[in-house]
Amino acid sequence: MHELALSRAILDAAVSHAEGRRVTRVEVTIGALRQVVPDSLAFYFEIVSHGTICEGALLAPRLVPARLRCACGAEWQLSEISFRCPRCAGADVTVLDGEELRVESIEVEEAECIAPR
Amino acid sequence: MHRTKVRVATDVLDANATIARANRADFDRAGVRVVNLMSAPGAGKTALLERVLIDGLPGVRAGVLEGDVQGSFDADRISALHVPVTQLNTDPGFGGECHLDANMVRSALGAMALDEIDLLVIENVGNLVCPAEFRVGEDARAMISSVTEGEDKPLKYPLMFRTCELVVINKIDLLPHLDFSLERFLANLEQVNPGVEHMLVSARTGEGVAAFAGWLSALARSEPQPA
Repeated sequence: MHELALSRAILDAAVSHAEGRRVTRVEVTIGALRQVVPDSLAFYFEIVSHGTICEGALLAPRLVPARLRCACGAEWQLSEISFRCPRCAGADVTVLDGEELRVESIEVEEAECIAPR
Repeated sequence: MHRTKVRVATDVLDANATIARANRADFDRAGVRVVNLMSAPGAGKTALLERVLIDGLPGVRAGVLEGDVQGSFDADRISALHVPVTQLNTDPGFGGECHLDANMVRSALGAMALDEIDLLVIENVGNLVCPAEFRVGEDARAMISSVTEGEDKPLKYPLMFRTCELVVINKIDLLPHLDFSLERFLANLEQVNPGVEHMLVSARTGEGVAAFAGWLSALARSEPQPA
C-alpha cells in the first residue's frame, strides 16, 4: 500500500530531472527488502502521472535481491526472512544489497535541432 | 524527435530525508528528543500513551503530535491529561495519506511549543507498512504490536519490525484468552530484527508500563545521536 506514496515520489524525481521534456521511460531500482510490489507501483505511477509530462511513461523496475554479510565473513543471499547468520548464528549482520529504492534514469523526448528559418 | 537518457540516480525518498534532517535540526536546537511511535490501527498507541502520561514521566516535559487521517479523537484524549498536543490530519490537503511524512510534521512545527517540552512523542497513523518508509526527524523509532494481531506479524511486516529500536508487546492481559504463542512471536521477531529490545505491557492493567515510561525518560535525557 505504500506504493502510492512512493509512486508520487518517483514522479517528483522524474519531473524535476526532465526539465519540461516529455518522459517516456523511468528506470527504478527496487531492493527486495523494501517490500515494494512492482506491478502495484507501476499501476499507481500510471495514475499519479496522468496529466503530467510523465503521462504514458513506462516504469521499468530493476529488482535487486537482498544480500547480507556477517561479521564472521559469511555472505549470502536472503531467501527466507532471517537476519541471523546461517554459518555462525550471529546477529552482527550488514545489508549489502536489497535496501535500494532509487530512480536511476529517465528517457526523455528531445525536439530536433531547430531548423534555420 | 529523438529520445535521450537522463541520469537521475536519486533515492526515491531523498526529498523526504532532506526535510526530516531539517526537522531533526529544529528539534535538536530546542533540546527536544523525538520518538516516532508506530503500530497497526487499534494496537493501543493512544491507550499506552495515556497510561504513561497519567502515571507521569518524572522530570520530563512531554508533548504529543497526533497523526490521524481524520478527526481529533486521540488528541482530545491526550489533551484531557493536560499534556500539550497537536493534531495533524493527513486528509485535508494531503489526500488522506496513511502515514506521516517529514513535510507534514514540518507543517505542524509552528503549532508546537518546542521550548516547553523535552520529549515529543509522534503518534503515527495506524499502519504497519507506509510509516516505516518515511523518517520524520525522530531520534528513535518504537512500535507497538498487540498480542491480538498474531504471532506472524514480524515476518509479514519485516520493514516495520526491522526499523524500530523498541518493540512494545501490548495487551498481555489477554494472553490467557488467546492462542497467541509469545514464544513463537519472539522467535519471529528475533529472526527479523535480532537482538531488538522488547517489553511486555498491558495499557489496560498497567503491567509493564513503567518499563516503557523508563525507556521514554531515558530517551528524553539522552544526548542527540548523529542523525
